[in-house]
Amino acid sequence: MNKTSKFWSIFSKTMMGLTLLFFYLPILYIIIFSFNGSKSLTRLDGFSLQWYEKMFADPVMMSSIGYTIAIALIATAVSTILGTFTAIGLSKSGKILRSSVERVNELPVMNPDIVTGISLLMLFSALAVSKGFMTMLLAHIMFCTPFVILSVMPKLRTLDPNLTDAALDLGATPFQAMTKVIIPQIKPSIIAGALIAFTMSFDDFVISYFVTGNGVQNISILVYTMSKRINPSINALSTLVIVIITISLIAVNLIPLIKRKAFDKEK
Amino acid sequence: MRINKFRLMTYPYIGWIIVMIVVPMLLIGLYAFTVPGNDVASVKFSLDNFARFATDAVFLKVVGKSLWIAFLTTVVCILLGYPIAYIISKAKGNKSMILILLLTLPTWINMLVRTYAWMGILQEGGVFSSICAFFGFEGVSLLYTDFAVTLGMVYNFLPFMILQIHTSLAKMDNSLLEAASDLGANRVQSFLRVTLPLSLPGVVSGITLVFLPAVSSFFIPKLLGGGQYVLVGNVIESQFLTAGDWHFGSAISLIMAIIIIISMWLTRKIDVQPKKEN
Repeated sequence: MNKTSKFWSIFSKTMMGLTLLFFYLPILYIIIFSFNGSKSLTRLDGFSLQWYEKMFADPVMMSSIGYTIAIALIATAVSTILGTFTAIGLSKSGKILRSSVERVNELPVMNPDIVTGISLLMLFSALAVSKGFMTMLLAHIMFCTPFVILSVMPKLRTLDPNLTDAALDLGATPFQAMTKVIIPQIKPSIIAGALIAFTMSFDDFVISYFVTGNGVQNISILVYTMSKRINPSINALSTLVIVIITISLIAVNLIPLIKRKAFDKEK
Repeated sequence: MRINKFRLMTYPYIGWIIVMIVVPMLLIGLYAFTVPGNDVASVKFSLDNFARFATDAVFLKVVGKSLWIAFLTTVVCILLGYPIAYIISKAKGNKSMILILLLTLPTWINMLVRTYAWMGILQEGGVFSSICAFFGFEGVSLLYTDFAVTLGMVYNFLPFMILQIHTSLAKMDNSLLEAASDLGANRVQSFLRVTLPLSLPGVVSGITLVFLPAVSSFFIPKLLGGGQYVLVGNVIESQFLTAGDWHFGSAISLIMAIIIIISMWLTRKIDVQPKKEN
């Protein structure tokens, strides 16, 4: 018995250690090589910041960072508002309307990204819209909103409908009932949905790749097109991506904690 | 009356999904069932695009290879993912939550960036070949091989498998295991008779989350398999961005979308069934 549990403990520790190494190795690799002194992607030659300097001096790289952040912020804002309103509306609608909208809403989540990408590519060419920033933004809103709805919907189902009815009976307009009664109760799921939308948009490659044009590239597309040649500036850019995503994850997880602590102190 | 006011709020989104989701999907269907004509009016209905599936030997080879790589990826993900999920579910208290957090953190970072990193690791002279050199195998380069592509897919999709299996293991009632051991089952027996069957729905939904994106992936084979490496995803990409036969590309996409939606629907059914019995 003791022998097996000891074996189990060693086995599970080794397995978890190797798993974490496997998942973090590429990330560490990128960060370390972004400070490499030479152009080599396999040998370390001292420390330097030259790849960061090159990145900040490269207008294409800088504009890709700008496009990525701008699209992620706008798409997150629009899809969070649109998704939340729609979810609230759906929770008060009949079953047929609700389930049919939910079905269609799931399509972009279930479909492979490549299918979503080409379907939008065909839509934009059928409408003769020239591809660029606008088409990429529309596409991002299209695939982000379903995640907001999916994140808000389950919480809405658990709400007591009497509260909204009470507010309406007491003279609140539907808009007031929504902003003062419903939204405060579902705030955590709205924030969770917004976070998913932001990272989905920030990280997207496949859909963006098919709907962009006129030289508008986000970070993913840039990495894809640049990866054919050796260019350590990609490591610097990737490190920047890792830092931005990590900071936003920490911020989203820490802010509620800090707020709660401040709240407890006031008490 | 008041309910109608809330319902109004769904109308913008209904309009939006008709234009952005329904119409584009219909366009795929339209292109898949037609062949190009000289102008829009002369486009005609045809099943030629689907016939090409069965006749185009080059394409069939690509389909075979995609299915094979996706199958390999799925098998590796189950073999690695199950023990990992099991270990996490057995960890005490906060530890299992921290482990899950540590495993999901990298998935928030761009897939493309993480896949790109493997190019450096697998290259000749990189970390991997240095380890091989240490053991006496000089100049090993794994980049641009089946191994590299499978590794890239396992790396990207393994977290989905672990999470799915872990959820079904964590849901499991521990008193079932106690009952099994009270009734005289040893560890292996109670695992095979109790734990494994109860975690199968997790494995099944994990399979769909690994196999389907693995079949349709196109940047992993491009980055880690090289320019000559072609899977179904790459065929679709080239039909739309270089070769220009949108009709054939749509037919492939349509078949892929239908297979995926059906299998998602089936796994959901499997997932729901045990709950109904309770």
